[in-house]
Amino acid sequence: MNQLWNSRPMRKLRRDRLAMMCLMVIALYALVAVSVALGFFATEYDARVGDNYQEPSADSWLYWLGTDRQGRSIMVRTIYSTKIAFIVGLVTASVGVTIGAILGGIAGYFGKTVDDVVVYLYSTIQSIPYLILLIALTYIAGKGLFGIYVAFCATFWVGPCRVVRGEVLKLREAEYVSSARAMGYGKWRILFRHVMPNTMHLVLVYFALLFVGAIKSEVILSFLGLGVQGEPSWGIMINQARAELINGFYWQIGAATAGMFGLVLCFNIFADALQDALDPKST
Amino acid sequence: MWAYILRRLLYGVLIMLGVTGIIFLLLGVFGGDPVLAYLGKSATEQEILALKREFGLDKPLFAQYLDYLGQVATLDFGQSWTTKESVSDLIRRGVWPSLSFTLPALLLTTFLAVCVGIGASFFRGRAPDRGLMAIAVLGMSISFLVYIVVFQYLLAYVFPIFHIHGYEAALTERWQYLALPIIIMVIVGLGYESRFYRSVFVEEVVRDHVTTAYAKGASRYRVMFIHVLKNALIPIITRVMISVPFLVTGSLLIEAFFGVPGLGNALLSAIETADFPVIRALTALIAVIFVLSTILNDILYAVVDPRVRLE
Repeated sequence: MNQLWNSRPMRKLRRDRLAMMCLMVIALYALVAVSVALGFFATEYDARVGDNYQEPSADSWLYWLGTDRQGRSIMVRTIYSTKIAFIVGLVTASVGVTIGAILGGIAGYFGKTVDDVVVYLYSTIQSIPYLILLIALTYIAGKGLFGIYVAFCATFWVGPCRVVRGEVLKLREAEYVSSARAMGYGKWRILFRHVMPNTMHLVLVYFALLFVGAIKSEVILSFLGLGVQGEPSWGIMINQARAELINGFYWQIGAATAGMFGLVLCFNIFADALQDALDPKST
Repeated sequence: MWAYILRRLLYGVLIMLGVTGIIFLLLGVFGGDPVLAYLGKSATEQEILALKREFGLDKPLFAQYLDYLGQVATLDFGQSWTTKESVSDLIRRGVWPSLSFTLPALLLTTFLAVCVGIGASFFRGRAPDRGLMAIAVLGMSISFLVYIVVFQYLLAYVFPIFHIHGYEAALTERWQYLALPIIIMVIVGLGYESRFYRSVFVEEVVRDHVTTAYAKGASRYRVMFIHVLKNALIPIITRVMISVPFLVTGSLLIEAFFGVPGLGNALLSAIETADFPVIRALTALIAVIFVLSTILNDILYAVVDPRVRLE
């Protein structure tokens, strides 16, 4: 890990002020998410704290962002949603990337039948409309967090799998791999100890992209009623608020959008910087 | 080349077997019993049996799957379970409303994004490039749903410039309803597309042939729009081709919010009512178009770039 941190790309990344600022904002969001998960604050997300549709006011921090149709504090619900966003993003992005990278690595390195099977598998998944697959999977796995995990993981692995496979196909022919083979190392050892670490840059970038993808797709699933159940999330807040906007109640949609915007924007910028830093062509 | 196309088509058939298999398994085996959902809790044994026979669910699973394959092969998808309408009619009716906003949106997005990409790559690393790309990232970080809700509220309710909801089949009046959906789709897509095309053009403008063209006295417009654009055609074609299958189904969200009677809406109601024939038909349809458009894409490669040989 330390080696990765002090490597040339990482030194370049650390010089990128904007990217480092974004990383700090992401860390801040993560801190909030962890504190919520540990129950330090925003636990009373369902409690009635005031009138229905109370406008934002400075009276108490609970009212800073107003209240929703049941008089619940939007501030508390927005903060709580950070936890949901992080759980969904972390779980689905890490599982999706891991499955994709392992399958892609095996397919690229071993070739032949294994490769054919993996390529066939992702070509098939890719040909099914994303939304239909997502919905069909949540049908089976049930509504709520578990359904979201299953649906996202089953679709997210395709991207990293394709890219890692392509990279491993190239690396397989590299000299250092031939020498490892000549030294008599086993196939699996070469693949996982020598080849796969050299695809980590792709994995990292895909992790960031999928994290953002998960947060954004959650909104769509919430719209279809297949999202998180019983807890607030940014998607659920936006969905609840879409009918309220016409009455001039802008604060719920505003708060959820702002909360999501900050995190997604920083992840987008950070992923860009990461990609730039890891690109061997740029200096 | 014909051998190549034939091989790709055969592989396409294999993919279709996979796609239909997955969807059939997901809906038919794990998807619960749709008959109970239709009849409610107080259904008698006979009613359940009768409806199962009507839906073709009394047959063994494998026979049901063969039925489905037969439907895909003949493009005759039977009847909708809820409206009893022929699914093919339903698709034929819904495809034009969907296409009439997705196609203009795709063309407009691609055109604008290519222009932005060329502009940004010309000024790469300088203020105009950074500004454009910053706007693109900002725009990408907002949810599609928020765009729809806010634009509909602002441009059709607060300032009633566009119609808020509905659809009119007459060509002249259709645009009053579809203008706003098209604008929203362009704005949502523009961020991603501009960034993509910028990276394509940036790779292209540093090539030697560009320097040569400048050295021979070609103007910057000539270089950017003739030399660079021509060589960047392949990624542009691929990008457009992979969007084609999704034009047909329209957009679930847009159609739901603006009341466009397209296939996105049909899909949404099919999902809500567990209307499996419609879901299966739409999946198969999109997958077929997807497979065909990837093949067409590779053929176009060879047409555009003489260096590419199909084998």
